[in-house]
Amino acid sequence: MELELFQQHSETRWEIAPHGAMRVPAVIYADEGLIRDMDHKVYEQICNVATLPGIVGAAFAMPDAHWGYGFPIGGVAAFDADEGGVISAGGVGFDISCGVRTLHTGLLSQDILPHKQALAEALYARIPAGVGSTGNIRLSHREMEAMLRGGARWAVEQGYGEEADLVRTEEQGCMADARPEYVSDHARQRQRREMGTLGSGNHYLEVQHVTRVYDARIARLYGIEEGDVVISIHCGSRGLGHQIGTEFLREMVVAAPQHGIHLPDRELACAPIHSEVGQRYLGAMRAGINCALANRQILTHLAREAFAAVLPEARLSLLYDVSHNTCKVEEHLIDGRRRRLFVHRKGATRALGPGHPDVPPPLRDAGQPVLIGGSMGTASYILAGTHESEERAFSSACHGAGRAMSRHKATKKWRGRALVDELAGRGIIVRSPSLHGVAEEAPGAYKDVSKVVEAADRAGLAKNVARLEPLVVIKG
Amino acid sequence: MKADHRAQHWEHFEHGADIGVRGYGDTRAEAFRQAAMALTAVVTDPARVDASQAVSVACEADDDEVLLVDWLNAIIYEMATREMLFSRFDLRLHDHRLEASLFGEAVDTAKHHPAVEIKGATFTQLRVVQNDDGIWLAQCVVDV
Repeated sequence: MELELFQQHSETRWEIAPHGAMRVPAVIYADEGLIRDMDHKVYEQICNVATLPGIVGAAFAMPDAHWGYGFPIGGVAAFDADEGGVISAGGVGFDISCGVRTLHTGLLSQDILPHKQALAEALYARIPAGVGSTGNIRLSHREMEAMLRGGARWAVEQGYGEEADLVRTEEQGCMADARPEYVSDHARQRQRREMGTLGSGNHYLEVQHVTRVYDARIARLYGIEEGDVVISIHCGSRGLGHQIGTEFLREMVVAAPQHGIHLPDRELACAPIHSEVGQRYLGAMRAGINCALANRQILTHLAREAFAAVLPEARLSLLYDVSHNTCKVEEHLIDGRRRRLFVHRKGATRALGPGHPDVPPPLRDAGQPVLIGGSMGTASYILAGTHESEERAFSSACHGAGRAMSRHKATKKWRGRALVDELAGRGIIVRSPSLHGVAEEAPGAYKDVSKVVEAADRAGLAKNVARLEPLVVIKG
Repeated sequence: MKADHRAQHWEHFEHGADIGVRGYGDTRAEAFRQAAMALTAVVTDPARVDASQAVSVACEADDDEVLLVDWLNAIIYEMATREMLFSRFDLRLHDHRLEASLFGEAVDTAKHHPAVEIKGATFTQLRVVQNDDGIWLAQCVVDV
């Protein structure tokens, strides 16, 4: 984008003054290079978000922002229910509570190098990945209800994991006020065989090692050191979340005129928080969050089984679990006043600063871990929430690299087999049911995640703590 | 990806993170049918999918564009829950109501090499229009 579109307030803060129907300014956090490379659609979409009723402060875009649906991916916006604020199905997206969790293994790189291939096979055999893959878990109606209410807590009660995992998951593993009765039969039907599955697209499970520590104090508090082996799992609420998104998006599009809402883009579909459909969506979306949390918890259990079969000395304990497609009720300090806001994060990670009561006690002094997934075969990062992030963007940070090239272009440019061989040459084992899918997710089709992370760090959204590089990739 | 260049054909178009499906036809129904072919082609080459098993779907919407989203989402739902892919679409459009038979087969990873699963059809770049030359166009972006 042209820099002239913005008023530059600092090296990393680019502001768009309200114009047209915008109720508040729009702000993009990025460095000059990222802004120049960013799709013009991000500008358009973030300005559209700023027109929505009841928006507070500003509409924000993170350094990894790219063209999304209604909201840019990497968009953050907060709404006050008592000032006509809205909840937007488009602002949460189709993959409700898609997120990343990272696990310690208690192992060092040299411990696993001789067993890497065996580990890749063991993981690939147990983690259902790709189109049409199904899990071994079938839920009855009653179990589905319990899962939608209980999230990861339900999964742990069923034997998938440990109580200690829950403390290190947002919402302690269970999103309150979920209303399974608002989750349609179609949504349940899509989930019937998908519990404990990874899905496809950019979802993955990676065995990684810590190749660099940037902040030794926080790394110590997080329990990581250079050479440590960790596991990261990226996936979401599967078919159930997709169907909830699909149905409410349509309902909110059709109902918008009745609520007196003008949508500059139908994909921004939203409804007043205090409306009947708004409340129903909130209840269903929270059930979708629980589905995602339960799913990542089950995948954690499957990863533990795989490790136990190959490297029984491994001890997989959760570092943290973040969600990046959500709307959550949070209190934020606005002009000296604490306000209760509905914070939408579409492709953005919550990033609570040190001392925040919602950060679990062992991590509280460091701030919330912010887990950033890179593209396949590049790097992932662990960051930490900062105090400043609250005032900058309602305690939010980026979520990943962000695509730089369409899937179509990627498959023209790369071949899956060649990519798998090239990564193998660099010591990275990729196992995937789809070589075409691998080509679509080629590392070169994404922005440079390190630049995104650097910009987030410099903007004060989150602090860079450690860099992770993959050893084994299980790709959907 | 283009199937052919006659009036009736489908193609994909670019979207930053995802992919657009677009169908052309002499009628609205034909454009909808072609858009459905483009949808299957996001996952696999439709020529690889045998049209051996039939599934019925129906949807209704006052607005043509909402109807296209409903139609594609109905197919996505059947693909997901039946674990099938479809390569033939017989559809009937009566004003605001669409009834169709989808023909396809169960997903076979070895045969179809499915690239990606589709989460949903979106309202992004959504258009159902008749061009000046009388050709219908039906398109939207799908989230994968």
